[in-house]
Amino acid sequence: MMKLDEIQKRLLEEVADLHNVPEGAFNIRSNSEAVGRKSTANIEIVPKKDVAGIDIHIKPFTKNESVHIPVVMTQSGLKELVYNDFYIGEGADVVIVAGCGIDNCGTQDSEHDGIHRFFVGKNAKIKYVEKHYGSGSGSGKRILNPGTEVYQEEGSMVEMEMVQIKGVDDTERTTTAELKAGARLVVRERLMTHGSQRAISTYVVSLNGEGSSADVVSRSVARDNSFQKFDAKIVGNAACQGHTECDSIIMDNGKILAVPGLEANCLDAALVHEAAIGKIAGDQLIKLMTLGLTEQEAEEQIINGFLK
Amino acid sequence: MLKLNNVSFLVNDEGQDKEIIRNINIEIPDNKLIVVTGPNGGGKSTLARLIAGIEKPTQGSIIFNGEDITNMSITDRARKGISFAFQQPVRFKGIDVMDLIRIASGKQLSVSDACQYLSLVGLCARDYINREVNASLSGGELKRIEIATVLARGAQLSVFDEPEAGIDLWSFKNLIEVFENIKKTIKNGSILIISHQERILNIADEILVLKNGKLEHQGKKEDVLPLLLGTQSAVVECNKKEAWKGENI
Repeated sequence: MMKLDEIQKRLLEEVADLHNVPEGAFNIRSNSEAVGRKSTANIEIVPKKDVAGIDIHIKPFTKNESVHIPVVMTQSGLKELVYNDFYIGEGADVVIVAGCGIDNCGTQDSEHDGIHRFFVGKNAKIKYVEKHYGSGSGSGKRILNPGTEVYQEEGSMVEMEMVQIKGVDDTERTTTAELKAGARLVVRERLMTHGSQRAISTYVVSLNGEGSSADVVSRSVARDNSFQKFDAKIVGNAACQGHTECDSIIMDNGKILAVPGLEANCLDAALVHEAAIGKIAGDQLIKLMTLGLTEQEAEEQIINGFLK
Repeated sequence: MLKLNNVSFLVNDEGQDKEIIRNINIEIPDNKLIVVTGPNGGGKSTLARLIAGIEKPTQGSIIFNGEDITNMSITDRARKGISFAFQQPVRFKGIDVMDLIRIASGKQLSVSDACQYLSLVGLCARDYINREVNASLSGGELKRIEIATVLARGAQLSVFDEPEAGIDLWSFKNLIEVFENIKKTIKNGSILIISHQERILNIADEILVLKNGKLEHQGKKEDVLPLLLGTQSAVVECNKKEAWKGENI
């Protein structure tokens, strides 16, 4: 248990800010095997029997606890499909840190497809952080295709932070959410692609209950020859509030396609979308250059701030 | 010491060359507060941008401390000791006030050091230091932060392009005090302010008047200001009050 080499440790640090064995419940998966797992009195992690993956059961009214379930892959050519289901009990308030780091030094593609399902109980509150990171100099691609399904009961709150800044060659992210009355979903996605990477992010959020709300915001930067597609749809089936925003910077030959979608099926649904794509504003560069930065340093400051 | 020798600046306007700056010669001595005034469209802001390196002269040369900086980049000029406060401050998503002041100072400032610069421009530092320099700030707030970044640079030559534009009357009075303070404390440094506000002209050591891209007057305040009173080049406060009626920061 917990025998990790330096590359695996570095990946863990990148995706889960972990320098050591985490506090609380955790499951660490490395090269398709569980290398560490711990349940607590309130959070139980059980491996699935029929498919790869785990069930995470969080007892009702569990407060101030966290679950870490990072995945690292260092074997070139590995392909896996993993199902993780989270059952979050009524009134619980927890932080869940997932994330996947792939280091591919070989010639074959490495791929991790993680399907996460969240069953969020009445009035429960979760913060979910998912970071993706790729490294390694091999010609084999680093591929991540996360699928996320969120089912929110009345009055629940889900805050998701999705980050992919470096090294992932190909991603297709699909997120669906169904919200009952008074439930709220907040998504903050930060994405940077470079080289010839491709990242597709699709959201379908259904606001089914009265007083439910969603705020889906993506900030992204596409550099070199990379391509991104942000396809966010909010469906208002009741008196609800929905907002989606795509704010993007393109550089070099980067391309971004933003497809904001709103569907109102109820007279009292209030839905808003915003999308803005453009290069770095010239006056921003000039301002930072008058403070003594070179053009390249100014660009880095602007991008770092934008994705902060 | 900054010298502009026979500097001209032409732009191509719908196929026709238009001279914005016409063969001007200017000397900005050390330890002085110089105000450049003149009617709108006279070339004042262009002059400031030529000094900062945002525009390059089409003719002539710019000498800073004996070195020819005519073809030097904005960055190199900044590093040589020229700083520039924009007329319309730039907004950034994600960069906060602390980041900007740190970049300006060029060192790892402590929060309390950074706060001092904000206090100098009349902002309650605690409320602003972690604010993003984005559209959530009003024009007046942005303007003061812009001036704070120039103060943090502590450059040998600080150029302010219409610092009073976009701020309300109350802030304007404080702004005069800010410049008076800078003037008292400058050591081996000069301030160049583009403005046609009479109160700013009043604190100048020297006044330059630019009209139609040409230098019309250059001399001590005592000599030049009486020629300007009552003209577009020296607008009194009440006009500003009219212009900014109803504006809040």
